[in-house]
Amino acid sequence: MTSLLSARGVAIDGRLHPTDVDVAAGSLVALIGPNGSGKTSLLRALAGVELSRGSLAIDGEDVASAPPARRPHLLTFLPASRDLAWPIRARDIIALGLAKADPGRIDRLLDLLELGSLADRPADRLSTGERARVLLARALAPSPRLLLLDEPLSNLDPYWVLKTLELLRETVRTLGCSAIVSLHDIDRVGSFDRVLLAAQGSMVADLSPESMLASTELARSFRIERGESGWRVSRA
Amino acid sequence: MTRPTALLLAALLLLAALHLLVPLGPWLELRRSDPGLASLLLTEIRLPRTLLAAGYGAVLGMTGAALQALFANPLASPDITGSSSGAALGAVLGAYWFAIVDPLALAAFGAGGAALALVALLLLAGRRSDTATLLLAGVAIALAAGAATSLLLALAPSPFAFYDSFEWLMGSFVDRSLPQAAAALVPAGLACAILVRRAHALDLMALGEDVSASLGYPPRRVAVEVVGLSAIAVGACVSVCGAIGFVGLIAPYAARRLSGGHPGRALVPAALVGAILVVLADLFVRSAPAGRIVPVGIVTTVVGTPLFIWLVVGMRRRLTS
Repeated sequence: MTSLLSARGVAIDGRLHPTDVDVAAGSLVALIGPNGSGKTSLLRALAGVELSRGSLAIDGEDVASAPPARRPHLLTFLPASRDLAWPIRARDIIALGLAKADPGRIDRLLDLLELGSLADRPADRLSTGERARVLLARALAPSPRLLLLDEPLSNLDPYWVLKTLELLRETVRTLGCSAIVSLHDIDRVGSFDRVLLAAQGSMVADLSPESMLASTELARSFRIERGESGWRVSRA
Repeated sequence: MTRPTALLLAALLLLAALHLLVPLGPWLELRRSDPGLASLLLTEIRLPRTLLAAGYGAVLGMTGAALQALFANPLASPDITGSSSGAALGAVLGAYWFAIVDPLALAAFGAGGAALALVALLLLAGRRSDTATLLLAGVAIALAAGAATSLLLALAPSPFAFYDSFEWLMGSFVDRSLPQAAAALVPAGLACAILVRRAHALDLMALGEDVSASLGYPPRRVAVEVVGLSAIAVGACVSVCGAIGFVGLIAPYAARRLSGGHPGRALVPAALVGAILVVLADLFVRSAPAGRIVPVGIVTTVVGTPLFIWLVVGMRRRLTS
């Protein structure tokens, strides 16, 4: 299978060691790791936000040399911060994700994320969870080849956690695109095809969800272990 | 062009025509007795004043909107960030210490001073600082530039420097020539034309610097461009007309109500609102008692200060609620 994303030696000085990442089309990749392990750094490097070294290609197209009008079709990045500096309406925030105006697309996204009743509300009058959904809609808007989502499930209630995972599966299946999604809750990795484990600025494991949950790397990095009643702090 | 923008433009053109022709009575009388002198009065004396009032107002509105978008803060503006004071310092240095007369060279000194102030602000406060840090850094820069300006004036070779500068630095459009107007407005116009093209990048910055960077607009580059272009526009205008406060703060605030909160899309409406405000202020100045000169900068400050306080109180309420 040819890979959709091919990252070679991407690195950020002091935070991310040179890393190769390949992602096949149509796959959902989870990115886990303890706090400060480099999850956000990897996503920011792959999004081209900060890249000290290395190269990125999506479907063979070099990302760094793509002009701004082309970028949203290649990739979108959803940062972990839900802050918005200006009171822009939910509908207009989603529109910022599109390279050119497409009211029909925005209405479909508002439906998909059940934001219809909030469409005309300014960002400063949305709850953090509602803002998270609006910003996710912004990232989905241009139907990019690669979605880079930093903690999209935090601030969401259980319904929206499950719904978002369903939505991501549906998106990659129908569009043949891919997503790399960082997660706090390691028990959610079952919904993904593949799991990357970050520790101390490197990717230390790349396994299927089942093997990852059973791996010693995961236990060692997070300093936790499996007990009879779920995870517990590692005694070793 | 959207409807509100078109309406603003129509209002500005109407006010500018009014500014150019009023008071109409004495001018009509002059035209009856000496038509040549009357048209000279219109083009050599009144036209530069109208152009400068509208142009400088537009510059303040647009650069204010651009700086607010860049710093993600509705209180950033040429005066609050200290760039107007920096421009005044540059212009005073050029005029009294290097004896520069050429208005374009003086505009370059003004732009240099404004750029220095904005770079100092970026170094002191950073691009995404909280409001308190931004304001304190801006106040510190404005105070330092103001003190340096006073010192340069006090020690200037010309004994009249202090007296001259009252009418110059406090913001005034009286008795400026067409070449002076051109020296201010041509560089400022070019800078604003390029600035408008950054509107989309500034809108995307509303989603955070990481998002705009991932979409191919590196925040550092956008910052350098916005700061450089704003410095040129503000510096050129200050070197000819002095500093005018609060327009760069208030106009973008009004413009964002028309742009649905978008900071970048507010650039053009902010320019129109700024132009309208300054033309209005100068019309008011003209109605002062004969023989008394009220600098237009004092009018905008007197009107603007309560609005500024209202804005700050509103922000505080939002933060604590």
